[in-house]
Amino acid sequence: MTLKTILAGAALAAGLAGAAAAQDDPVTVGFVYVGPVGDGGWTYEHNQGRLAVEEHFGDAVETVFVESVPEGPDAVRVMQQMALNGADLIFTTSFGYMDQTIEVAEQFPDVKFEHATGYKRADNVSTYSARFYEGRAIQGHIAGSITESNIIGYIASFPIPEVIRGINSAYIHAKKVNPDVEFRIVWAYTWFDPAKEAEAATALIEQGADVILQHTDSTAPQAAAAEAGGVYTFGQASDMAEFAPMPRVSSIIDNWAPYYIDRVQAVIDGTWESQDVWHGIGEGMVGIGEITDAVPAEVKAEAEALRDSIAAGEYHPFTGPLNRADGSAWLAEGEVADDGTLLGMDFYVEGITAEIPQ
Amino acid sequence: MRFERLEQFLDALMSSSISPTLLIASLMVASTPIMLAAIGELVVERAGVLNLGVEGMMITGAVCGFIVGVTTNSPAIGFLGAAAGGAILSMLFAVLTQLLLSNQVATGLALTLFGLGLSALMGQSWIGIKSPTLQRIDLGPLTDLPFVGRVIFGHDPMVYVALGIVAGVWAFFRFTRAGLIVRAVGENHDAAHALGYNVVLIRFLAIGFGGACAGLGGAYLSLVRVPQWTEGMTAGAGWIALAIVVFASWKPWRLLLGAWLFGGVTVLQLNLQAAGVAIPVEYLSMSPYIATIVVLVIMSAGRAPGSLGRTFHAST
Repeated sequence: MTLKTILAGAALAAGLAGAAAAQDDPVTVGFVYVGPVGDGGWTYEHNQGRLAVEEHFGDAVETVFVESVPEGPDAVRVMQQMALNGADLIFTTSFGYMDQTIEVAEQFPDVKFEHATGYKRADNVSTYSARFYEGRAIQGHIAGSITESNIIGYIASFPIPEVIRGINSAYIHAKKVNPDVEFRIVWAYTWFDPAKEAEAATALIEQGADVILQHTDSTAPQAAAAEAGGVYTFGQASDMAEFAPMPRVSSIIDNWAPYYIDRVQAVIDGTWESQDVWHGIGEGMVGIGEITDAVPAEVKAEAEALRDSIAAGEYHPFTGPLNRADGSAWLAEGEVADDGTLLGMDFYVEGITAEIPQ
Repeated sequence: MRFERLEQFLDALMSSSISPTLLIASLMVASTPIMLAAIGELVVERAGVLNLGVEGMMITGAVCGFIVGVTTNSPAIGFLGAAAGGAILSMLFAVLTQLLLSNQVATGLALTLFGLGLSALMGQSWIGIKSPTLQRIDLGPLTDLPFVGRVIFGHDPMVYVALGIVAGVWAFFRFTRAGLIVRAVGENHDAAHALGYNVVLIRFLAIGFGGACAGLGGAYLSLVRVPQWTEGMTAGAGWIALAIVVFASWKPWRLLLGAWLFGGVTVLQLNLQAAGVAIPVEYLSMSPYIATIVVLVIMSAGRAPGSLGRTFHAST
């Protein structure tokens, strides 16, 4: 009983101290992470964004984070604690925090929330995500150009729209430069399991793939490709530059820093408003890692031109004519896919022979 | 419909698209970390101790091996460091359960959580670095032989070390007096104590051996298989090792079979996917677990060591 009272008192004191600190100026920004900051992928990049905020604003902003927060009731408690401790803005960085973010946002109307990759919003809840399929288009272009076996391996994680969108985008652009190209897709049913990812990469290489694309987060496929020799890979979520110039020839980098800085600035200026953003290469949220010299110069130039035209908004990776895998028409000549279809994408485009797991 | 699928399955197996040579060669590699961790746990359990901290010791071994390997630029020394790291962590478990008589199940689970946290802390400044890795050994003409050259003679040294440890453990229990004593301690610690054997000391040694093996298994991931350090990289391999020990009825050769079976079906299902065989992916993904459990349950005839998981104190 006594211990409980003391603990409660301590917690209250800490809370008050936090609240007091929040009143004298520095804006407090909280981050809720789904994995450890050292995962080398998804959470790592969100944390890089947090560090960029600290560096940009210096003493004007204070950041706090909690890592490896399970998607469930624990997330509610973490967010509540952050809000009680005086956070002005809280980034919840996983799809699975969606309902919890909305719940806590109702309890703390004065605190701003930013939820990654979700679709539920409120007056004090924004959502944000990145158009990674734009980066996949560039990977597909390079992959289709450099493959000699015409077999491209794809390590997929879970059959959700985000992943299917990436496969389609890469396939469309590989096919464009190389009509004989064939995609072999392995579903690993994990975001992160280095041993399994290495085995998946090895299996694909044994099946003749000489380019491996991955939608899982570890560097294990890169190592497997390096060991096999003569196989190209792309960094995922992080640059994975330690495997450059071969096997890693380029990468998709999640770059949250500009957005985070932007939103923190909006809170400081008092101009923050609830919004829904889906940013791509143009806004800098999707970064394309340096294309190494292992890629022929003209392919590199084409890939960079593709990147620039996507960034400038001149070209959309899903531009018709495109059919679905079942042969039905999807986009007419020159037609561009709408965001709604892309966000719910549950079909392959024509040419991919595999079936999507249910 | 079902027969169609079976036919496709057999076609894919028979056709040249999946090479048995490469498949067996990959399964030898894929099963090594589980095999190492499991053989260590087998000795621990044969001595009558249930250590559920395998996952924690593996991940600690992975980070220790990585740090030592990168610092000394020698994977071999890295593996020694990993064994030491796993063994040291297991001593924590030994002190708690053998001297302070804590509950083994709870302590083992706590050891896993502790190991995951400790490894994350130790590995913080080691993320994104590539480690030196073991080369495949080259036995000249032997490695060039068709089939057996690649399957038997074409691996990195740790694959053979793992097999050697399994054979050694089998011989130890079967032929040596010391092995008999460890088994006696595991079967009935009171009787072993009455005969004058130091139950606690023997269990300390067994737990240390188990920790060292788990550490080697973890380091195989961070130094050979991946080879990089990332938090949580063992991703549940320790739990599979624990299950294999039970399903193998605490017998080393069955454990070898279980590890190969699990590694083999994992590799096979990924190869089938990569070959584009039209079997629903859901079935393929669960197949390693099901195949391993089914085969080992059918085979299992053994029983657990008599004193497994029981607390021993000389006064009782």
